[in-house]
Amino acid sequence: MPLPICIEFGGGAELLFGKVKTHEVNLPDKEASWTIKDLLTWMKDNMLKERPELFIQGETVRPGILVLVNDADWELMGELAYNIQENDRIVFISTLHGG
Amino acid sequence: MKMSACQRSLDDILAEIHKKELEIQLLKEELQLSDDIGCTNPPPTLFQHKERLTNAEISRYSRQLILPEIGVKGQLLLGKTAILIVGAGGLGCPAAIYLAAVGIGKIGIVDYDEVELSNLHRQILHTERKVGLAKCQSVVGACRGLNSFVECVPHHVQFDSSNALDIVKQYDIVLDASDNVATRYLLNDACVIAGKPLVSGSALRFEGQLTVYNHEGGPCYRCLYPKPPPVEAVTNCSDGGVLGVVPGIIGSLQALEAIKLACKMESSYSRKLLLFDALDGRFTAIKLRGRQPSCPVCGDSPTIVRGSLVDYVQFCGAQASDKDKALTVLKQDERITVHDYKQYIEERRPHVLVDVREPVEMDICRLPSPAINISLQNIDKKDSILLIQQNLQELSARENQDIRQVPVICVCRRGNDSQLAVRKLQQALEGGVPICDILGGLMSWAKHVDPSFPTY
Repeated sequence: MPLPICIEFGGGAELLFGKVKTHEVNLPDKEASWTIKDLLTWMKDNMLKERPELFIQGETVRPGILVLVNDADWELMGELAYNIQENDRIVFISTLHGG
Repeated sequence: MKMSACQRSLDDILAEIHKKELEIQLLKEELQLSDDIGCTNPPPTLFQHKERLTNAEISRYSRQLILPEIGVKGQLLLGKTAILIVGAGGLGCPAAIYLAAVGIGKIGIVDYDEVELSNLHRQILHTERKVGLAKCQSVVGACRGLNSFVECVPHHVQFDSSNALDIVKQYDIVLDASDNVATRYLLNDACVIAGKPLVSGSALRFEGQLTVYNHEGGPCYRCLYPKPPPVEAVTNCSDGGVLGVVPGIIGSLQALEAIKLACKMESSYSRKLLLFDALDGRFTAIKLRGRQPSCPVCGDSPTIVRGSLVDYVQFCGAQASDKDKALTVLKQDERITVHDYKQYIEERRPHVLVDVREPVEMDICRLPSPAINISLQNIDKKDSILLIQQNLQELSARENQDIRQVPVICVCRRGNDSQLAVRKLQQALEGGVPICDILGGLMSWAKHVDPSFPTY
């Protein structure tokens, strides 16, 4: 069973994903449950349009990107190890510095 | 003869009067300006702990005094509070003026920059006549003009690790209204060490962010972002653009949170981050992690302590301002000057001009010769390379010239992106085509070749 989730970008992170802020995606069926770590790899292979180093560094997001799971900081949810649930909303926010 | 001499002297007199009138006008403006920036008389020190409100204060603040959440008690607290605003720009201006209006006891403004014309669309306390003036003076002038009960202190310094703590210590609450990563880390560390809550705002394009750091068990900036972002991932207002009302909203919210903190009300954004999306008209508040025990500044065993503020410019690999720096990627013989390019046009020398700016920028201005527009991020894509090759082939056929004699010339606003474009094209474009860029880009064209050319 594919896993439907919503991926959103903000703070300019959307510029790396075809300038589209909201993406409804179906993660393909797999045996073990989907973690955010798996999701990042999948996004890199399937969604990232350009300059992957501005989104992913090593196995995690690059410094300055905050990950939210259903409107909560991913640090509260287990970060990379969080098990993604059906219809989760995962948001990647690039911090702004301008003023 | 006599008549004519008389006539002439009448003209002279009229001209003299006109000249004097102009002088008077200029003198008046100068006087007005010095009034505005408050440098005629330094105001008396008003910031003192008062036990009761004067009649003037009661009538002035009456509409907020009758709010039970504020009341006389709150107003007295506001009057006893000193607030520091770091950055007199798009966030600092609205924040400062609302804090002055509400009757904060003392407002300090840190900024080292001078007012520029391109600031005025968002930095709304500066005016056309204040272009060239220190921004912190300009804001102080505006705040004093609105509320003479408030003590306003300009700090016209480059905020760095040598002075940050000394300045921060003089205040109770700090607003981060700065425009660069290095200052944000520095200010965070200084606030943690000095034990001050930090109301942090930021804005870019159509988005804003707001949170309160270092307050009641909440995280600090470093808890959220232990490592600075890579330099190439940081966009400033000058490159990314910003709609003035967006920092206007965030700066106003910073003032609001500071007022609540000063009145000992609960902050709405400690351990919460407000995301404002102006295009969708959406405010979202998200829950943040708490203070991180492992944090190098606010954690259980901090390594960044009083007297050891690091070199923030080095730490972030980025300068402590939002000014653009000139890159040097290409060698000298891979670049031509604007004068060289002018000759290309005048002598009709065949070449393919590639403008690597965004399409929206092409509508603002462009060089007076035909150009293909391919933005930097698309420059080495298949379609782009095909388009350039097609242009080269057509041109070399038409001019009956070897393709290796027809250069590709890249141009952008400042001559930074164009260098990166040249490097990418050197990889992607085959056939030994010479590729160069125009040193200093359109800015340099406007400065050295065509003074009527717009700059942005």
